[in-house]
Amino acid sequence: METIETITSIKPLLAVLASLLLVPILLSSKGPNIRESWTFVAAGAKFLIVLSMLPAVLEGAEIVFTIAEVVPGVAIKLKVDAFGMLFALVSSSLWIVTSAYSIGYMRGLQEHSQTRYFCFFALALSATVGVAFSANLLTLYLFYEMLSFATYPLVTHHQDREARSSGRKYLLYIVGTSIGLVLPAMLISYNLAGTLDFSHQGFLAGTGSKTLIGLLCFMFIFGFAKAGIMPFHSWLPAAMVAPTPVSALLHAVAVVKVGVFSVVRVLTGVFGTDLLLSFDLWMPVIYIASFTILVGSFIALSQDNLKRLLAFSTIAQLSYIVLGVGLLSPKGLTGGIVHIAMHAFGKITLFFCAGAIFVATGKKNISEMVGIGRRMPVTLAAFFVASLSIIGMPPCGGFLSKWYLALGSLEAHQMPILLVLLTSSLLNAAYFMPFVYKAFFCVPKDAMFENTVREAPAFCLVPLVTTALISVILFFYPQPFLRLASIMVQRITGG
Amino acid sequence: MSQQYPALLVIVPLLSALAVAVAGWVNRKWCFPLAAAALAVAAWSSVGLLFRVLHEGVVIYQLGGWPPPVGIAYYVDHLNGLVLPLVSIVALLNIMASKKSVEQEFPDKICAFYTLYLLMVTGLLGIVVTGDAFNLYVLLEIAALTGYGLLAIGEKRSQLATLHYLYMGTIGACFYLLGVGYLYIVTGSLNMVDIAEILPDLYHSKAVIASFIICMVGVWLKMAFFPLHAWLPNAYTYAPSASSSLIAPLVTKVMVYVMIRLILTVFTPKFAFAAIVLSDAVVWLAVIAVVMGAILALAERDLKKMSAYIIVTEVGYMVGGAWLGNRIGMTGAILHIVNDALMTLCIFLVVGNIVYKVKGYAFDDLPGLFRKMPFTMGAFVIGAMSIIGVPPTCGFFSKWYLIAGAISAGRYDFMAALLFSSLISVVLFFRVFEISYYEPFGDSHGHDDRSGGIDEAPVTMVVPLLMVAAILILLGLYTDYIVNHIVQFAIPEALV
Amino acid sequence: MNDLVATIIAKYNYWIYITLMMAGLYAMIAKNNLVKKIVGMNIFQTAIILFYVSIGVKKGATIPILEHAHGHGHDAHQAVHATDYINPLPHVLMLTAIVVGVATLGVALALAIRIYNTYHTLEEDEILAQIREE
Repeated sequence: METIETITSIKPLLAVLASLLLVPILLSSKGPNIRESWTFVAAGAKFLIVLSMLPAVLEGAEIVFTIAEVVPGVAIKLKVDAFGMLFALVSSSLWIVTSAYSIGYMRGLQEHSQTRYFCFFALALSATVGVAFSANLLTLYLFYEMLSFATYPLVTHHQDREARSSGRKYLLYIVGTSIGLVLPAMLISYNLAGTLDFSHQGFLAGTGSKTLIGLLCFMFIFGFAKAGIMPFHSWLPAAMVAPTPVSALLHAVAVVKVGVFSVVRVLTGVFGTDLLLSFDLWMPVIYIASFTILVGSFIALSQDNLKRLLAFSTIAQLSYIVLGVGLLSPKGLTGGIVHIAMHAFGKITLFFCAGAIFVATGKKNISEMVGIGRRMPVTLAAFFVASLSIIGMPPCGGFLSKWYLALGSLEAHQMPILLVLLTSSLLNAAYFMPFVYKAFFCVPKDAMFENTVREAPAFCLVPLVTTALISVILFFYPQPFLRLASIMVQRITGG
Repeated sequence: MSQQYPALLVIVPLLSALAVAVAGWVNRKWCFPLAAAALAVAAWSSVGLLFRVLHEGVVIYQLGGWPPPVGIAYYVDHLNGLVLPLVSIVALLNIMASKKSVEQEFPDKICAFYTLYLLMVTGLLGIVVTGDAFNLYVLLEIAALTGYGLLAIGEKRSQLATLHYLYMGTIGACFYLLGVGYLYIVTGSLNMVDIAEILPDLYHSKAVIASFIICMVGVWLKMAFFPLHAWLPNAYTYAPSASSSLIAPLVTKVMVYVMIRLILTVFTPKFAFAAIVLSDAVVWLAVIAVVMGAILALAERDLKKMSAYIIVTEVGYMVGGAWLGNRIGMTGAILHIVNDALMTLCIFLVVGNIVYKVKGYAFDDLPGLFRKMPFTMGAFVIGAMSIIGVPPTCGFFSKWYLIAGAISAGRYDFMAALLFSSLISVVLFFRVFEISYYEPFGDSHGHDDRSGGIDEAPVTMVVPLLMVAAILILLGLYTDYIVNHIVQFAIPEALV
Repeated sequence: MNDLVATIIAKYNYWIYITLMMAGLYAMIAKNNLVKKIVGMNIFQTAIILFYVSIGVKKGATIPILEHAHGHGHDAHQAVHATDYINPLPHVLMLTAIVVGVATLGVALALAIRIYNTYHTLEEDEILAQIREE
């Protein structure tokens, strides 16, 4: 059993605080340009702090920091391990990109209350990094709830009737499940084990009967509704009423990834692969995940609104990650964990494109976007590249994660899962490719746009091209994500 | 000087009440400074007393030097060492925050208000510090009578509401007196510790059982434990803001303290949980209290009454937690006394600020408040998070202990009730957030020109409120310290 | 049967106070007039006061006032036989309780006067009707 070097450093706390401290600065800024520059400063600082911890983690160390001991045996504590580092890197790097995009989008549409928007965005990112760096279930719960409440004003930004009802749905699904399912499950686990610290082999082994542990497993999986696992997925399409940068970062990267991250963290750190294997809990996990993948993809096929289509696609893609964990094989776990990064970069590009199209043309539905590729070639090219990543085709990063998942399902002797993966890839192609084809290649008289439609503003274009390029680069050079994932998997499966 | 803390914290407010009454005659402007100074002394004494208890253990102060059971003794252990600073600091913060509100709502009665305020605080502090059962009754009635006075200054409906409170409160106090009478008959003593020593041989006596139950019912009436709660919503809603933000956080919690004192010190857990089989039934009642409080709160269309019903729910938490019969549950109940007092203070101070600016507290008065009063509403958000039970606010941690205690005792119904009321609280507070966040919306997707800027309540009202909100988070982070250093010693070893 | 009657007669003070309490409670609940309710409350409190005083009684004892208080010579140093005097402690406690009762009565009646000034009636049902109309 390798001994893991533990470093105590305040850096994890600084990473979390970098955006929290931005809030008072933003509130007192005079003028939008100062405000935006400070956002970039904070985003850059956060990314750099996270990056500075990367070398140590790649060596195999873990960085810890205890904030306060609050309940006997449980403290509010931060720990940076390989899995958390992967997620934190993804979210903090994408925050920089999204801030740039937000500027273009919000100014392009002359949105109101931009200061409030940027403040709550910063809070949401604090919470996301907090979840990534949580050392135990209580800290995770704390930042999870903080994220729920910090994103509510973002989802309901437009403050109209639709926003109000979507906000209610958002709260109902996300807070309802976290208080109703996760909180009791957490307390029961505490009662059983006396601790809530995530460990590489889980801490619930040998503490309860099969039914009790099984019940807890279900409570956690469905309790983290941010993971979009059916049937608690309806909040995602409803949350698409938010401005696109919000949808992009939060619902393609931060909020939903926090959900799956929490599910994976709990399954590996609380239950542990051995326990899941011995109680046969991997079976329901796989079935639930497969169900969500297939049904999500089917529903996406029928959507006309581009953002809703992307929402259902996200729901399906998230369950790949859960599926990877359910396979319990090293390759499967690696594939699932790496998919967090690959999907993030791909999906955010797609959302950026959807937003760019809206800013340039005001259109939201695919049926109204025939021929748009001729007017906005860069945007649609990025869209095409990103959709390749989501479908899982080389030369895009998404191919790598799907490859590992496929290998993992072979490793675990789960042929039906291989079938599920192939089917869903086909479905992904089925809802992306027609749109891209019609956008580029169509009879000129069917083209729906006058000559006045131009490319999206630069502040929107640069981010989406960047993330599309990164999706491609990740295929050729998937580090450090692949390395981080392998370190984590090695620890989990008994290194 | 520190030897006299137990006496100081009761005598100073008492004498100052007289001073304020006289000074007010001469010049109204002297009332507030005198009252605030008296409360500051009381607060300082209570904090000093807490530190003495932490260092030395139990502090016993004999009034007039007469030893018990002949004389009255003040008995300060970790339990009331914790509640005393709570009462005095809440009273102090409230008097600072309510100054402007008092001047606005009843300027001709300022002097009378501060006199009653000080007497009420005397009563409450006396209830908490005393070690004599009959002395407790006397101070109970002092607090009650002055409370009636404070509550009745409000709007038109307040007088009838207060009269109803008077009936129920008097019956409650009389029941308590009757229970003490029975105890006196069988033990011959009125000193709590003395009674506790004499009682163990008498656990099977019908008089003792009757006394316990009668005392409990009396205290439940006074703390508004469902279904004995009917007086609370009206009495607290129609009262002036300054009174309700003093009485709502404190009176019911002090009664919970009395109940816990009776269970832990006078009758001891061996009697309350082992010799008689009452705890199952009481926890059932608590479950009903929690659920009904939440449902009744949902039905209300004004902020103050909704908050009053939330108090009913919180009392249900504390009674249920105390009667679970295990250490964790009792810890949760004691911790919740502190946490709930502060959460309630936060919410009622917010309501006070809103009433000061908007002159109303119904939901119809709330639109646009997030923009106009951001600091007040920010503190409201933190208070709401605490009541819902979101970490790191203190409300989460007392819920943690209560739920953990319920799981430990196998009372999953109590756990379900706690979770249910948390979910209902989310609905309750987000309803308020929605109304005050979404201004009357048009279809123009929020791009209208917003008229008016920030119109916040005065600084003296906002600063104490923000302090309370900050304390809510600090207390949450320091939960472990409080539990390990104070609450743990408040519960006798016998309770597992 | 004889035992039962004997028990009832022996504990007659309990029966009296219970009856008084119930009478007070009945008045509080059933009567419509505010003043009658308040009087009922006072009866309730008085019942408890009477009960307390009654428990201090001893057979063949006299009121607790010392004879030969100043004493001349050897009498002054006589020990006091507690059994000769009824228990004064409940009396003392009840002095306090009576004061509390009077104060409560005062506050209640003051509230009733204010209510009368506002609603011009002391009947509870009429007041509630007026409130409902608002």
